[in-house]
Amino acid sequence: MSYYPYAVGLAIVLLGIIGIARSRDLVHAVVCLSISQSGTYVLLLAVGFDRGGVAPIFGSTVSRSTRVVDPVVQALTLTDIVVSAAVTSMLLAVVLQIAKRRDTVDPDQLRSLEG
Amino acid sequence: MTAATAGQLLPLLILLPVTGATLLLGLGRYLPHGLAWGIAIVTVCLNGGAAAVGFSMAGHARLVGWLGGWRPDGAAGVVGIALVGDRVSLGLILVAAGLIVAALIFSWRYFTTQPHHFHALMLFFLAGMVGFALAGDIFTMFVFFELMGVAAYALTGMKVEDPSALQGAINFGIVNSLGAYLTLVGVAVIYAHTGALNLAQLSQILPQQGKATLVVGFVLLIAGYLVKAAIVPFHFWLDDAHAVAPTPVCVLFSGVMVELGLYGAARVYRIGFSSTELAAGAHQLFLIMGLVTAGLGALMCLLQRNLKRLLAYSTIAHLGIFLTVLASGTADAYGGLIVYLIAHAALKGALFLSAGMILNRFRSVDEFTLLKRRTVESGRDRALAITFAIAALGLAGVPPIGVGLGKALAETAMTEQGASWAPYFMIIISALTAGAVLRSGARIFLGIGAVRDDIEAEAMSGDEELLEIEVGDRVPMTMLAPALGLLACSFAAGLLGRLPTVATRMAAQFLDIQGYVDAVLHGATGYRPEPETAPSWALGSVLTALLSVLAAGVVCVLSLYRDRLPAPVRRGAPLLAPARVLHRLHSGRIGDYAVWLLIGIGGAAALVAV
Repeated sequence: MSYYPYAVGLAIVLLGIIGIARSRDLVHAVVCLSISQSGTYVLLLAVGFDRGGVAPIFGSTVSRSTRVVDPVVQALTLTDIVVSAAVTSMLLAVVLQIAKRRDTVDPDQLRSLEG
Repeated sequence: MTAATAGQLLPLLILLPVTGATLLLGLGRYLPHGLAWGIAIVTVCLNGGAAAVGFSMAGHARLVGWLGGWRPDGAAGVVGIALVGDRVSLGLILVAAGLIVAALIFSWRYFTTQPHHFHALMLFFLAGMVGFALAGDIFTMFVFFELMGVAAYALTGMKVEDPSALQGAINFGIVNSLGAYLTLVGVAVIYAHTGALNLAQLSQILPQQGKATLVVGFVLLIAGYLVKAAIVPFHFWLDDAHAVAPTPVCVLFSGVMVELGLYGAARVYRIGFSSTELAAGAHQLFLIMGLVTAGLGALMCLLQRNLKRLLAYSTIAHLGIFLTVLASGTADAYGGLIVYLIAHAALKGALFLSAGMILNRFRSVDEFTLLKRRTVESGRDRALAITFAIAALGLAGVPPIGVGLGKALAETAMTEQGASWAPYFMIIISALTAGAVLRSGARIFLGIGAVRDDIEAEAMSGDEELLEIEVGDRVPMTMLAPALGLLACSFAAGLLGRLPTVATRMAAQFLDIQGYVDAVLHGATGYRPEPETAPSWALGSVLTALLSVLAAGVVCVLSLYRDRLPAPVRRGAPLLAPARVLHRLHSGRIGDYAVWLLIGIGGAAALVAV
């Protein structure tokens, strides 16, 4: 088993976090959050992958003894995508409102929360 | 009804608020305000009632339900999703339902336009909290954690006219979701090594894992929960969100949501990791993070002038204390913690509702602004002032309010374990936070303390909260009543003689890992017989409690009259330079918070591994 997909997954997560840390634009920050989450998809799918395994749909061609990829992580990934859709759309809606009220989405110009 | 049936009915606790919320969102615009409000209240009460029935049944046996009937069987292992209701998780649901009822009653005169959105979001929030408390596997915990999060972000940014509210919601959303994704990475790491997600199953597999897997899996897994629990250095979002969120929402954030984060960390640690070789490292992590959080929260609390932000930092300080107690790990200490948590939730709720009333009456929660304007006449607002004062004193630990009792039980248990510093630590932190709250109350209601001219009118955000409704010059009963109700609950927590016994037994059940595993995997849901213990107020604990109230009074007076102290003391004592650094660290910028998150994860991993 190669470690390459794990490294890619973790790198995507980290790049997303670095993107948020350097962000000058809230839309950019929210998209980076979403990128960070895509890293978790890669990671989850890599965990369940089995070279040569087929899709786990049991029927006439696939039986209990056939090599299949792990369906659990795929279910997790699908759930994860739904969660991500909810979070991203919610946060983008908030950014939209900020842009409407303040005409800027630059966190440096929105410094109303110092404390 | 048997425990097995009750276990199968656990999903109803999640479905009920979701149904109510969908109903409100679909039909809300056609319903009159009162009806929508009534539906929300009835749904929460039903949920609370069902949780209470579950709570009383869970006294005899754990309630375990498998979604879709996918029970574990010997050959295939565990594939289903388990919901586990014990007294701790069902008790947390009860606390959440109680606080939501108080918040909804308070909000009767708070929103005029489209209140059904607010009610529906509150119900979704409840559903998320219920699911998180009941979830029996690490992935389901993540899902409900995010559901609870999304509802909370939306509630924070409810007032879309207010840009700082929106920015608070964005900071809250990004930091918390980032934490949740790290938790998900932890789930992936653990699943990759063990092939299991169920907590009970993990508790049997994890002890055989290598240390590197354990450290990485554990730290990532609890990262999201520590972010939610606002543990330093993951705490930055909390004061931003509390400063700008509508006051009834703050009640829930401080009273139960952040505590649920701590519950998540404690649950995962206790069931999954406490019998691995990581136990000592995790203990150290909780202890150090707890101490730092309590210290920093208390200092920042003293430095605030915005009442809502001040209360938010007091919450952070108290969470630090909670985490320190969690580290100790005995049933007696956890029992004290449960009493403390209930009383703290009620008191913080009462304080935030008081802040909401102050805001509605006087259009500001900035103590200097109010002190300068001198609009507050204590005569007309006597009820409000007294409520605030009692709640503030209760926070310091004045008997017979439950906070003092909970602290006393926890510190006694910790001292018996050899942590002889525990009472001093708790006295110092309570004195600093309660002293700050008292000072704020003295300035607002009594108008005492020096008015300094060099202070600009508005220094911080969230002060001018946009209000949708005018209340006139009297606080309406619908606002005062829930605050008084919560205050009564905090007294009840200290006065109900059986509560400490029940709490200690709940704690022992929470710590009984073998029992949990047997209940989930083998269907043996009963408890081990526990010895009857009935600690309650003792003379020593009353004296300690009074001492911390006295100390809080001293802190209050000192900070009120700081300008009149002799010059050398004033120049030497105050922590002005560090204070400025601390203020600068809380920059309100999301990028900084993301960096702190990474630093915190690295630090936590180092602490656990060493």
